[in-house]
Amino acid sequence: METPLLTLSGVTFSYFTETEQTQAVAGLDMEVKRGEFCAIVGPSGCGKTSVLSLMMGLLKPQAGTIAFSEPNLRIGYMLQRDHLLEWRMVEKNVLLGLEVQRRLTPEAKTKALQLLDTYGLGAFRRYYPPQLSGGMRQKVALIRTLALEPDLLLLDEPFSALDYQTRLQLSDEVYRIIREQNKTAVLVTHDISEAVSMADRVFVFSRRPSRIKTILETGFDRALSPLMRRHTPAFLDLYDRAWKEIDR
Amino acid sequence: MNEAYRRYLLRQKRNRRAVRFGQIAVLVGFFGLWELGAALGWFDPFILSSPSRVWATVVRLAASNDLWQHIGTTLLETVLGFVFGTLLGTLLAVLLWWLPTLNRILDPYLVVLNALPKIALGPVLIVWIGAGMASIVVMGILVSLVVTTVTVLNGFNATTSDKQLLMRTLGATKLQIFTKVVLPAGLKDLIAALKISVGMSWVGVIVGEYLVSKSGLGYLIVYGGQVFKLDLVMASVVILCVLAALMYEAVALLEKRLTRGA
Repeated sequence: METPLLTLSGVTFSYFTETEQTQAVAGLDMEVKRGEFCAIVGPSGCGKTSVLSLMMGLLKPQAGTIAFSEPNLRIGYMLQRDHLLEWRMVEKNVLLGLEVQRRLTPEAKTKALQLLDTYGLGAFRRYYPPQLSGGMRQKVALIRTLALEPDLLLLDEPFSALDYQTRLQLSDEVYRIIREQNKTAVLVTHDISEAVSMADRVFVFSRRPSRIKTILETGFDRALSPLMRRHTPAFLDLYDRAWKEIDR
Repeated sequence: MNEAYRRYLLRQKRNRRAVRFGQIAVLVGFFGLWELGAALGWFDPFILSSPSRVWATVVRLAASNDLWQHIGTTLLETVLGFVFGTLLGTLLAVLLWWLPTLNRILDPYLVVLNALPKIALGPVLIVWIGAGMASIVVMGILVSLVVTTVTVLNGFNATTSDKQLLMRTLGATKLQIFTKVVLPAGLKDLIAALKISVGMSWVGVIVGEYLVSKSGLGYLIVYGGQVFKLDLVMASVVILCVLAALMYEAVALLEKRLTRGA
C-alpha cells in the first residue's frame, strides 16, 4: 500500500494563557492519502483550525509527530477570509506568495496568470480587491495559493464568510479546480453538508480536545460536482450519520 | 446628458464657487476691518498695528535684507527639526514594532514623553547643547519625534494579525511581513504623522527661538514685543502663517505622490 501523503500520530496541542491552558488537540491520529479530498467537521471551537495550523507547521505539537511522505512537500493554506492586500492589483496579489518565496520566475508568473484566465478572472487582472465581489475575491485567494503549486492544500472554512448562494457556487468551482489540478486537500468546516458534498472522506471530530469520532467514506463518483451530490439519496444518508455523530 | 444631471452639475459648481467666495470674503473682511478699525480709531494702532503698517514693515525689512536672513534661519531650523524628527520617530516606531518586548518595556515612558510638553525641556537643552541654533533644532526634533513615533507605531500595530498570518502561511520572513504588509498598510498613518509633526516642529522652533536666538522669526517676535514694536510682531506672525501654510502644502503634495501608486 502506498504511504499516506500526510500522517499525524499522537499529536497533542494546548494553548496557554496566563490564567489557564486549553487543550485543543489530544492524541490525534490521522492519515491523508495522495489525491484525496478530506474534510474535517466538528462543533465550533473543537480545534479544527488548530489541526490545520499544526499540519502547516504554524504551530508545533507538544507531543506526537506529523510526517510527510516526502521531505520538501509544498503546502498551500487558504484562510477563512481572503486577506487580499487592497493596495495591490489582483495579479500582484496572486503573485504575492511567489514573490515572498523568491520563486517569481517568468515561467511561474505566466503560469499563475494563466490560472486567472482559466478560472474566469483574466479580465480583472488589473482591478483592485475592493472592486471585486466576495466570491471573486475568495477565488483570487485560492489562485494565490495555487500559484505556489502546492502538493497539499489546506482550506480553513474558505466559504464561511460568503452568502449562501455564492458559497454553493464557489464550492462547486473550487472542487472542480482542485480536481483538475490533481491536488490533495484537507477542508475544515462547520458546515456538514459542505463537508459531505465535497470530500472523499469526512472526519467527524468530537468536542475539544479534538478526537476523531468517526470517519465517513462518502463513496461518491468523483465526476459528480458537490451541487449534484447534494441531490443524491446517499447525500442525505451521509448527512444524517454525520449529524448524529456530532450531536451525540 | 439629461436635464436633471446638468442641473446637478450646475448646483455642484455653484456650491464650489460659494465656498471659494466665502473663503476670500473672510480674508478680505478680516484685513479690511483691521485696517478700517485702525483708521477710524476704534483701537490704538500702536497696540494692534494695522495691515498697512504690517505691509510697510515687511517692505522695510525686505529692503534691508534682514528679512531674508530671519526667514532663512527659521526655515532651516524647522526643516531640519521636521526631517530628523520624522525620520528618527519613524525609525523608532519600526524598532518598537520589530521588538514587541522592548515596546512593552518602553510603553509607559512613551506615554509620559507624549504627554509632557517638550518645550519644558528648553532650559535643559540650552544648558546641555548651548545657546545656539543646535538647541533650537533639537527642540524642533524633540517636539515632532514623539508624536511621530506614537502615531506611526499605532498604525503599524493596527495591521490585522490575520494579514500577518497570511504572510506566514506563504512563508514570509519578518522583514517581508514588514515591507509587504505592515509598511504599506501603515502608510496612511505615516502621512498623518507627517502632517501633525510639520506643525509641531514649528512650535518647537519658535519656542526655541523665544528662549535663545539672535535671529529668526521667533526672535523678531520676542524682540518686537520687548521694544513695543507691535508692527514688527504682527508682520512676523503674518509671514509665519504663510510659511507654515506653504510647508503644510508641500507635505500634502508629498501625500498625493505617495498614495498615487497605491
